[in-house]
Amino acid sequence: MAFIDYYEVLGIPKTADEKEIKAAYRKMARKYHPDLNPDNKEAEKKFKEVNEANEVLSNPENRKKYDKYGKDWKHGEEFEKAQQQRRQQQSQYSQYGSGAEGFGGQDYSDFFESMFGGTSGHSRQSHRPKFKGQDYNAELHLDLKDVYTTQKQVLTVNDKKIRITIPAGVENEQLIKIKGNGGPGLNGGPNGDLYIKFIINNHTDFKREGNNLYKDEPLDLYTAILGGDIHVDTFDGKVKLKVKAGTGNGTKVKLKGKGFPVYKKDGEFGDLILTYQIQIPEQLSEKEIELFKELQKIKEG
Amino acid sequence: METQFISIRTICVNYHIESSFLMDLSNIGLIQIEIIEQEQYIHHDQIADLEKMIRLHDELDLNLEGIDVVFNLLAKQRELQKELTTLRNRLRLYE
Repeated sequence: MAFIDYYEVLGIPKTADEKEIKAAYRKMARKYHPDLNPDNKEAEKKFKEVNEANEVLSNPENRKKYDKYGKDWKHGEEFEKAQQQRRQQQSQYSQYGSGAEGFGGQDYSDFFESMFGGTSGHSRQSHRPKFKGQDYNAELHLDLKDVYTTQKQVLTVNDKKIRITIPAGVENEQLIKIKGNGGPGLNGGPNGDLYIKFIINNHTDFKREGNNLYKDEPLDLYTAILGGDIHVDTFDGKVKLKVKAGTGNGTKVKLKGKGFPVYKKDGEFGDLILTYQIQIPEQLSEKEIELFKELQKIKEG
Repeated sequence: METQFISIRTICVNYHIESSFLMDLSNIGLIQIEIIEQEQYIHHDQIADLEKMIRLHDELDLNLEGIDVVFNLLAKQRELQKELTTLRNRLRLYE
């Protein structure tokens, strides 16, 4: 447990008056407020520190105590006495049922808890602003095949079961927000939100870009030259394709509507783009070599 | 209808705010107020943003213009984040 210099946290001198403390707190709160720094854990931590500093320094009683014993909290005899007194006060408060309701003890540093406890009575609670609870972040790993169709899943986050629907077509690294499933709010503030990031692993031959899928399609030399019908694999089954005579290597063919589902647009799909990779025959038989030579002769006239 | 729209009166009671604050937000274009049978409503889709506006106003003393600027910048940040994700995904095609 380390000593926290609350003056340093707020960037003010020890001689700062109430007005200066308030101004410094407002400035820092504007900088690190969770609403202005979504998904930023560092800012969230800073915001808590700033709140804690304000909690102590904006309350004359707390500030006096902090200034007197703060640095010597470990050794000060008088501090011990003060702590004892605090404990007595605390038990009194809980007797009257006005304990630490709404205060998330874990939101204060150990130093703060040691000096001021989980609560220091009504005066502090009355001027404390409400804050939204901590946002939670989770990652959900799925296969590309999983997100081709809409599916429901039950996640366990902090021992709480959450039922979610994952719409077909969700993007890799896409974030979805589940309202109110984050940490509990402070002083009656709203609960935080749960952010789920989808990590989509692709173990297929298809490459995905947005709603479109891309795939290299091997094409035998004879079909490329003479044309013909082939069967190709799309994401949801085979289709028959007509290949034009004289199709070159690298020719692209677009299969409309055979791509990936469009996120939250039922029945809409992207396209599948095939790139023909012409396969040159290997290990030719003597007869084949003979025939190719014949063709070469014809070509050369 | 009842589940999609929340009356201004209900919002004011629950969030401890003045209806004039909502009118000001509406005038600056930050929320949209619908009038149904002479009663004013807000669509529930706007509640999350409205809660954020109330927090920015109460906790950070931001005025309406400040809230407007913050919302514009956050929207820009979200767009850029989305673009970054799309570009990262596209880059994977060539890796």
